[in-house]
Amino acid sequence: MKREITICVNSRNETLAIDDAVTLLEVLRDRLQLWSVRESCGVGACGSCTVLLDGRPVSSCLLLAARCAGQEITTLEGLGDGQSLHPIQQAFVSERALQCAYCTPGFVLSVKALLNEIPNPSDDEIREYLSGNLCRCAGYAEIMRAVRSAQEKSTR
Amino acid sequence: MANLSVVGQSVYRTDANPKITGRALHVGNIEMPGMLHVAVLRSPYPHARIRRIDKAKAEALGGVAVVLTGAEIAKMPGVDAHFGPAFRDQPILAVEKVCYAGDPVVAVAAVDKRTAEDALQLVEVDYEPLPAVFDVLEAVKPEAPLVHEQHRPAKAFADLAHMKAGRQSNICYHFKLRTGDVDKAFAEADRIFEDTFSSPPAQHMPMEPHVALVYLDEHERLNVWTSSQSPSYVRTELSATFGIPMNRIRVRVPYIGGGYGAKLYAKLEPLVTALALITRKPVRYALTREEEFLTITKHKVVSRIKTAIKNGAITARKCEVFWDTGAYAEIGPRIGHKSGYTSAGPYRIPNVWIDSYCVYTNRVPAGAFRGFGVPQVIWAYDSQTDIIARALGADPVEFRLRPALDEGERFATGTIVRSFGVKEAIRRAAQAIEWSKPAAPQTGTKRRGKGIAAGVKAVLTPSISGAIVILNADGTANVLSSTVEMGQGSETTLGQIVAEELGLTVDRIHIVQPDTDVTPYDTITAGSRSTYHMGNAVRMAAGKIKTELCEIVAAKLEVAPDDLEERGMTIGEIFLAKFGSLGTTLAAEAVCQPTAAHMDPETGQSEKCTEYWFPSATAVEVEVDTETGRLQVLQLISVGDTGTAINPRHCEQQLLGAAVMHLGLTLFEEMVFDEGQLVNGSLLDYQIATIKDMPQAFRPIVVEVAHEGGPFGAKGAGETGALTVAPAIANAIEDAVGVRIRDLPITPEKILRALAETSGAGALEGWKR
Repeated sequence: MKREITICVNSRNETLAIDDAVTLLEVLRDRLQLWSVRESCGVGACGSCTVLLDGRPVSSCLLLAARCAGQEITTLEGLGDGQSLHPIQQAFVSERALQCAYCTPGFVLSVKALLNEIPNPSDDEIREYLSGNLCRCAGYAEIMRAVRSAQEKSTR
Repeated sequence: MANLSVVGQSVYRTDANPKITGRALHVGNIEMPGMLHVAVLRSPYPHARIRRIDKAKAEALGGVAVVLTGAEIAKMPGVDAHFGPAFRDQPILAVEKVCYAGDPVVAVAAVDKRTAEDALQLVEVDYEPLPAVFDVLEAVKPEAPLVHEQHRPAKAFADLAHMKAGRQSNICYHFKLRTGDVDKAFAEADRIFEDTFSSPPAQHMPMEPHVALVYLDEHERLNVWTSSQSPSYVRTELSATFGIPMNRIRVRVPYIGGGYGAKLYAKLEPLVTALALITRKPVRYALTREEEFLTITKHKVVSRIKTAIKNGAITARKCEVFWDTGAYAEIGPRIGHKSGYTSAGPYRIPNVWIDSYCVYTNRVPAGAFRGFGVPQVIWAYDSQTDIIARALGADPVEFRLRPALDEGERFATGTIVRSFGVKEAIRRAAQAIEWSKPAAPQTGTKRRGKGIAAGVKAVLTPSISGAIVILNADGTANVLSSTVEMGQGSETTLGQIVAEELGLTVDRIHIVQPDTDVTPYDTITAGSRSTYHMGNAVRMAAGKIKTELCEIVAAKLEVAPDDLEERGMTIGEIFLAKFGSLGTTLAAEAVCQPTAAHMDPETGQSEKCTEYWFPSATAVEVEVDTETGRLQVLQLISVGDTGTAINPRHCEQQLLGAAVMHLGLTLFEEMVFDEGQLVNGSLLDYQIATIKDMPQAFRPIVVEVAHEGGPFGAKGAGETGALTVAPAIANAIEDAVGVRIRDLPITPEKILRALAETSGAGALEGWKR
């Protein structure tokens, strides 16, 4: 069944006619061309398609778009002011926490949610929070450092 | 090296901006008008004859452009229905029979993915199951069912020119190495050690699954966008398969989301090309993760290794290595050869006998995987080296250092080794883990131990990298190279080399992404070869431009080029002097093409089997819970001889990334098959290392033994950290709890079972089977 929904994506209201079976991932990529949102495992196990739904990280490959009506969605494209990099993005670059970077958008958004939720996380809390995001280049040591660096920037 | 300003500096990644903003182009982002999407029906049988395919209903479904079978491809005029880098054994779609559960049988191209998937439901295939073989040791027996009735060699690579047409055997390649008199040494030995080690098939798991997009342009030329590690090879393969002249095929590769070997050679491109040629529309095929599991794997390997000891030293080693290459040979023969000849280790052993067999089975094809088979052979030889050291009461570090080859000594192939920092790697690893200090005392049920392992990989030789450097009048440069940026940082490394050579800053260098219309031939982006081979090519090309610049300046100033010294001109002035205009460019091309000497097919002896070596050592400290079998890696030190580090931080990053990846492979990764059916083919059932698996103390050590032939002395770093992780952990487990694990992955169940077998402890009875 088709229905019309309005979702707020990166601070812009989008009204779309969508099929009930369509996932949020499909809407963000195929309809809105937000290419930072990436499908990898299709079963919500890798975090590559992570977006923020009302500030909370979700796997957009598992979420039906129809369920998101009226909610606020942030993708990597919506981070920062459009001019310069967000402090978390800066931290990922300066700590070299990206290689192939296919997983990077999901990680950056998860780190944003983490630091909103737990402003001073312990190492174990960082590891626990980010364990749903997979990086096969395995830049985990650098990602840990990027979290710390972003945290310092935000508390300064 | 003196006076270097960019090389040796840990400059930031030059591709950081498009990647951190998510704007990096991937094949999955390219939309074309009228583009069709693909779904593929795969065989449910591991081995079966195709009796009949009924696709009429699928063809009638609205939105379906074509429903294609292998028999139809075989009838396309001038088309070879089979492809492959070593043997042309892999059908674009199964013709007559299927060889593994997951083998592509029917492809649909339709207006969208869902329509294509719906159409597959309407296809009926009638199969006649055939006897199948799943175990590599069963497959080598004469009575085993044959996966292929005949083997047809491909001719794409010089190093695979010795592949022979074969039949009536599942062994598609057999490498032999014979040096000294192994039988005599075993007869005279004080002690003989015999062990069998195995490692399972596993997944590369690039976060971006394979994707390819093919269309015909306004000249009817074939245009291919693909997430490939080998654009030059894809063009060659499509030309050979479809009979299309090479200049009518354009292969482009944007940034790819990881490769690790999975994206080498041809994968989706032949099928998507067939669909595009038939429909005359743009066609894109993106694998699902589940299909990724059914496309390519790491080789399962069984290694039998027998070692003779006389007066405390290793006098002979006999290795039998069985590579389960699955239903299609893929690059298995190259792995069986290049990794096979290193199977006895980087040690001074006077008598060596190696048989390395590449074997077909009815399972998912196996191919290159970060380390190219060397982690599997080191798993065997350096686990056994440790077993021997402990049995002889020798210190495992000293026991390795004594026979470890020195610069100028002969490897088992007869090749003299150079730039061979294996001893240095072992020493540095031992020092970093504080080898001489015992592990922390036990607490409760927890036991700690330390382990070390060493090994060496040889770079693929011969191979070829070509590059063109174009200097612009404003002092910027474009570099044309077919090396694929897949996360390893090649754009940054190559940029540093060109910047150094031309006296520019890195931000003035642009690396053009692979495009076979403009970027010269490169064998593959793999095997830790790009820094050396492409690095040399871009350096030589830039060097030619530098020479020309000097000549122009010297002519203008009327001095000899060597006497320029402090006198000079800006690049703009030089261009004006030569061309009288600033809109011009200076370009130069260079090719790096190291050669290998002939290798005797009966003895594996060669004056030069490889251009250079990657010594590796890993040291770990582990904690084993004897009650649960749970293992924690507390410390991991990854040491690699990378040659001169062009970008030290990025070398360290490669060591650690490879180490964590192989930590997962060591501790839990395994593709589990039941009668040829993959049981855990999704990321819900197959686990890879997460951030929680990273050891608390985790350190890279870059050993820089400069190579005389490398650009500024560099070799490479992509795989070194992968090589020695597994045996280091197994060795530490024996140190901690006295049990030896010989089969990867090292799960808690295996540790508990081994503990139960050695102690016979009542509490562990339940674990015995």
